[in-house]
Amino acid sequence: MDNIAGTKSSLTWAVNISVVVLVVLWLFPTLGLLISSFRTADQIATSGWWKAMFPSEQNLVLRTGDPDDERVERDGVFVVEGNLFATGSEAEISVWGTSSREISAYEAGETADLGDGETMTVESNGDYVWTGDAEQLTGRGQRIFATAVTPPEFTLDNYKTVLFSGSPTDNMARAFFNTLTVTIPATIIPIVVAAFAAYALAWMDFRGRALLIAVIVGLLVVPLQLALIPLLKLHLGIGIGKGYLGVWLAHTGFGLPLAIYLLRNYMVGLPRDIIENAKVDGATDFQIFTKIILPLSFPALASFAIFQFLWTWNDLLVAKVFLIDASGETTVMTNQIVELLGTRGGNWEILATAAFVSISVPLIVFFAMQKYLVRGLLAGSVK
Amino acid sequence: MAELKLTNVGKVYGGKVEVLKDINMHIATGELIVFVGPSGCGKSTLLRMVAGLEKITSGTLEIDGVVMNDVPPSQRGIAMVFQSYALYPHMTVYDNMAFALKIAKKSKSEIDAAVRKAAGLLQLTDYLDRLPKALSGGQRQRVAIGRSIVRDPKVYLFDEPLSNLDAALRVATRIQIAELKESMPDSTMIYVTHDQVEAMTLADKIVVLADKGIAQMGSPLDLYERPENEFVAQFIGSPAMNLLHGTIKGTGKQTEIDLTHGHIAIADIETQAAEKGQEVNVGVRPEDFRIAEEGEHVFFEGAVDYVEALGEVTLLYFKAEGDADPMIAKLPGTHSDLRGQTVKLTADPARVQVFHQGLSLRTR
Repeated sequence: MDNIAGTKSSLTWAVNISVVVLVVLWLFPTLGLLISSFRTADQIATSGWWKAMFPSEQNLVLRTGDPDDERVERDGVFVVEGNLFATGSEAEISVWGTSSREISAYEAGETADLGDGETMTVESNGDYVWTGDAEQLTGRGQRIFATAVTPPEFTLDNYKTVLFSGSPTDNMARAFFNTLTVTIPATIIPIVVAAFAAYALAWMDFRGRALLIAVIVGLLVVPLQLALIPLLKLHLGIGIGKGYLGVWLAHTGFGLPLAIYLLRNYMVGLPRDIIENAKVDGATDFQIFTKIILPLSFPALASFAIFQFLWTWNDLLVAKVFLIDASGETTVMTNQIVELLGTRGGNWEILATAAFVSISVPLIVFFAMQKYLVRGLLAGSVK
Repeated sequence: MAELKLTNVGKVYGGKVEVLKDINMHIATGELIVFVGPSGCGKSTLLRMVAGLEKITSGTLEIDGVVMNDVPPSQRGIAMVFQSYALYPHMTVYDNMAFALKIAKKSKSEIDAAVRKAAGLLQLTDYLDRLPKALSGGQRQRVAIGRSIVRDPKVYLFDEPLSNLDAALRVATRIQIAELKESMPDSTMIYVTHDQVEAMTLADKIVVLADKGIAQMGSPLDLYERPENEFVAQFIGSPAMNLLHGTIKGTGKQTEIDLTHGHIAIADIETQAAEKGQEVNVGVRPEDFRIAEEGEHVFFEGAVDYVEALGEVTLLYFKAEGDADPMIAKLPGTHSDLRGQTVKLTADPARVQVFHQGLSLRTR
């Protein structure tokens, strides 16, 4: 009774553990990128992204208001009052001091005697009262060293820099549109070509069909790198040169074997009766293809479209070879990020933001269409 | 509206495997022909060759006197109903039925009229905007039939159309097809099935296919009463006809056969004196047996091994001798008390068949 289909396999735990491991492996870096992209350079430098959600204890160097401008005379004593923080801050001071050697000399709310009758009181919310005589309250504001718990704080500044600043080094906006220009035709062209080919290979009888299928399966294992240089030479030789047309053709070529293979396997699984019935109904091969096969193959088409979109989006190599020239006008996002690594290597907040801009579209595509991924891939292989 | 003529039609797969050979058949206008035969006998292949879905390897197919061998399916004036219904899953019932007409570029109003008429005929009007997946099996079958009616073909081809339905629905749909046939007396229909009841009830003519060719062709009762060979005799009728081995003993207007198990069979078949001593098989249908009364001629005597009481009839199974099939008798009424008893059976000589080398002596 143990081996009846449908009962739980003894390897369930292994499956569960690997799923958890995979999820963690994927989720943590992504989440890290997302959170880091909303933090300032200082926050990234002082604490890890996983602490960004919680209030953090920071040592701050603050300064009171300028006594020459703000002091008021009250009962013969000069007083400067105010708040150490910018308005709206919810930081909470625990201890403070007036010297960099003793930053935790006083508790919040305590009054410090600064000698000769000069006093300083700092409340936990940053309110301070500084009293002294005319001589003491001059010059610049008093420095306060405070240890404060600051609430989590996020900023959109990084996205402003990366998307809208217009600075030639940091700006991802143009690269974003360049990537779209590469990706959309590089997804549509191979699907259209492959769908026609797959129908012919699945349902039309002609000489050498089996051989052609074998060749296509053989092409699946040819590494892309093998074709880069000869193909580029060809492009240069026939005058396409480097540019969008070249990169579309290259992506189409590299994507076609898998596309044809996947779609053919799916189409072959469609019921023969339906196609024969359409033939009896008088439909031509082209009508069968457009009216019957294409609508029924939608899951497979969608799943391949997702794949092709994802890997042309994330592609660097093919773009470098076939697209990007010295002008830099056609740089894509992956390449832009590589350049950012050089120019802004230390600015993690910029890098994280750029990276997240780059992965946001694949993420949206994945979550919006994930049901087609599994369905389209399994269909044709598993009944 | 159309007559079909098949002349020496044959089918060979891949130049090696011969499935059918020398099929000759004439189907008159308005006939409903049923192809029956054991599985793998090529009945569906023959139908698909008529439809144009399989190439005819040899011979000619004529519809209304026009050779159709190389004419594409859509131009043969045929419509086919598939076993799996083959509905287009992404189209509504209406679009399914309208598809062929849209391909033929008929006008919108023409299509609409044809579809609504067929839908009315098949009680599908309420389901026209549903997708096939929202229909029951019987409804899907009706859509498939409606799809062929809409095209107004010369010849209807049915490939085991009822085999995916449950028993009750099968009977209902069978009657519907019979009514449909009656409402279209001019349309020729070819119907493939392995179900004998369907064949017997629907057919004007049954074609029994076996061993790459036609075993016999004729009206259902003809096949039942006058089978030309042992194969047809055993294939038509359920349970199958009993065959008893023997040699011809007496000839003349009636033939007497000495059966190997000891008794003598009498058949109303004329034989010549020269045939005396020939080895033959005597065929008796289970339902033609009855219990011999006192003094009557005994045809068969044996111990009842097993009894199946079906209510209206009782099936008696006798002990098989050697490796022969067990003898079966079908008696009206209930006889469950006969198990283990020795029973004497007799049969009307007019209904007894005699086969010599597989061929019937009655129809020679």
